[in-house]
Amino acid sequence: MIHDLEFETLPREALQAIQLRRLQAVVERVYAMVPFYRSKFDAAGVTPADIKTLDDLRRLPFTMKQDLRDNYPFGMFAVPMDHVVRIHASSGTTGKSTVVGYTARDIATWSSLMARALAAAGTTRGDIIHNAYGYGLFTGGLGIHYGAEKLGASVIPISGGNTKRQIMIMKDFGPTILTCTPSYALHLGEVADEVGVDFKELKFRAGIFGAEPWSEQMREEIERKLDMSALDIYGLSEVMGPGVSVECIEAKKGLHVFEDHFIAEIINPETGEVLPYGEMGELVFTSLTKEAFPVIRYRTRDITSLNPEPCICGRTHLRMNRVSGRSDDMLIIRGVNVFPSQIEAVLMEIKEVEPHYQLIVDRVGNLDTLTVEVEIGETGFSDEVRVLQTLEKKISKNIKEFLGVSAKVKLVEPKTIARSEGKAKRVIDNRKY
Amino acid sequence: MRVEQISVFLENKAGRLAEVARILAEAGINIRALSLADTSDFGILRLIVNDNNKAKEALKQHGFTVGKTDVVAVEVEDRPGGLHRILDVLYRSNVNVEYMYAFVQQSGSNAVIIFRFDNLDEAVKVLQANGVPVIEGEKLYAM
Repeated sequence: MIHDLEFETLPREALQAIQLRRLQAVVERVYAMVPFYRSKFDAAGVTPADIKTLDDLRRLPFTMKQDLRDNYPFGMFAVPMDHVVRIHASSGTTGKSTVVGYTARDIATWSSLMARALAAAGTTRGDIIHNAYGYGLFTGGLGIHYGAEKLGASVIPISGGNTKRQIMIMKDFGPTILTCTPSYALHLGEVADEVGVDFKELKFRAGIFGAEPWSEQMREEIERKLDMSALDIYGLSEVMGPGVSVECIEAKKGLHVFEDHFIAEIINPETGEVLPYGEMGELVFTSLTKEAFPVIRYRTRDITSLNPEPCICGRTHLRMNRVSGRSDDMLIIRGVNVFPSQIEAVLMEIKEVEPHYQLIVDRVGNLDTLTVEVEIGETGFSDEVRVLQTLEKKISKNIKEFLGVSAKVKLVEPKTIARSEGKAKRVIDNRKY
Repeated sequence: MRVEQISVFLENKAGRLAEVARILAEAGINIRALSLADTSDFGILRLIVNDNNKAKEALKQHGFTVGKTDVVAVEVEDRPGGLHRILDVLYRSNVNVEYMYAFVQQSGSNAVIIFRFDNLDEAVKVLQANGVPVIEGEKLYAM
């Protein structure tokens, strides 16, 4: 089902004309309003007037996550604060999170795009959406929520956690659409089993899953165990939040990028060179309509490819394939973005332990687990068990507080963490996607 | 009136304890007493040996995290009620025991109990005031 028939099925030429007009406008606006962009463009010797065709986008410099951190918290906003009605942020230690803002019109745009995304999964006004994405600074919960209301569907703002209660509500309220991370969907399936609830007897038709990488195998598993159609959704707070792209239920083969609002490029992460359609590389986004927090050529670090082939659903917007990895060391654990450097920053604050650590990521049942192994040297060592256990708890609590992710902390003997060529291997990811 | 104890951090995995024993054997260290505290993840091996510095150096050289703590060694009659008498004295004086372990002397009639106290000086005072024999470190290392 196509929510915005006119814009989602625009002929390519008309779509590109809109893109160019909007691109010129946003480039002009950030140049005038955001000192960061002005100095970057000046340094690259390019002015808004140089953007004459869509290809001229390549003349603009990239924006990196570090740039957003450097301008923490509101330095990248392109409107005065009295125009900002909402703030979201990614998790991170102080000064390291990325903060994004929205004007009232941005919220309206985001809601419309999320309505499109929900409709692409076949959602209509009559549906009840069980929204188990987290509500809060994370964009997942509220993004889906506003889209659901815009579409006119009923939304249950259940957020994450308290899984048994979620199962009870699913049984009693009869939701028809499930929105959460794919791993949480599988976890819901397991807990339902434990409490003797069969998903086949629930009313779900489809689920829209995102915020972490997943695979075709996981899709099959969810569809089989949860008896619903499983669709991939993509988004990131820096670009907007969920609803940047989504799979259609007709094809279930790649995610349509809402190109009237975003331009997607694929680049070689090493050289920055733009790659042709079909080639794997790093996904880069330029937002065309956002007011408070526009981004120009934002490097997502997600690795994928773009597919321009026409789709059977009738949408003319090109599709991005499933995200298959990252071009940096970011981990996604239960939907939370975690950089090893953030864990390191937490450990550096704790004088009792050495900054030698290793992150072990696994999937137990269907939930991600994070174990942080930290070497214990003489400073923090004690002959009393209680002291060492308190230390483990303190580290775990600090990680939870700063990063928002639960971790099991395990003290290990010095020099047990493998060092190759003097550089420690920081992450062991045992998850299979 | 204090005895030096060394403690060693051990990961809970096969062969670690044997490794410590091997290192100490190779360094010619004699173990007087030991106790192992363990959790699901790690253990803390506490040792009283005949040469603390040498033992500590040998273990550190092999990459172990080693600590030193002062403990108190107390002689107790090797008969029913011997331990109770000492614990009762400590309890009545509000002295907390962090942990303890015991061994029986080769000569036979007395056992030795190693105590780790929160407040060592206070504990020694209480023990001595109640006529409990506290053993000197030098004597214990040489036993």
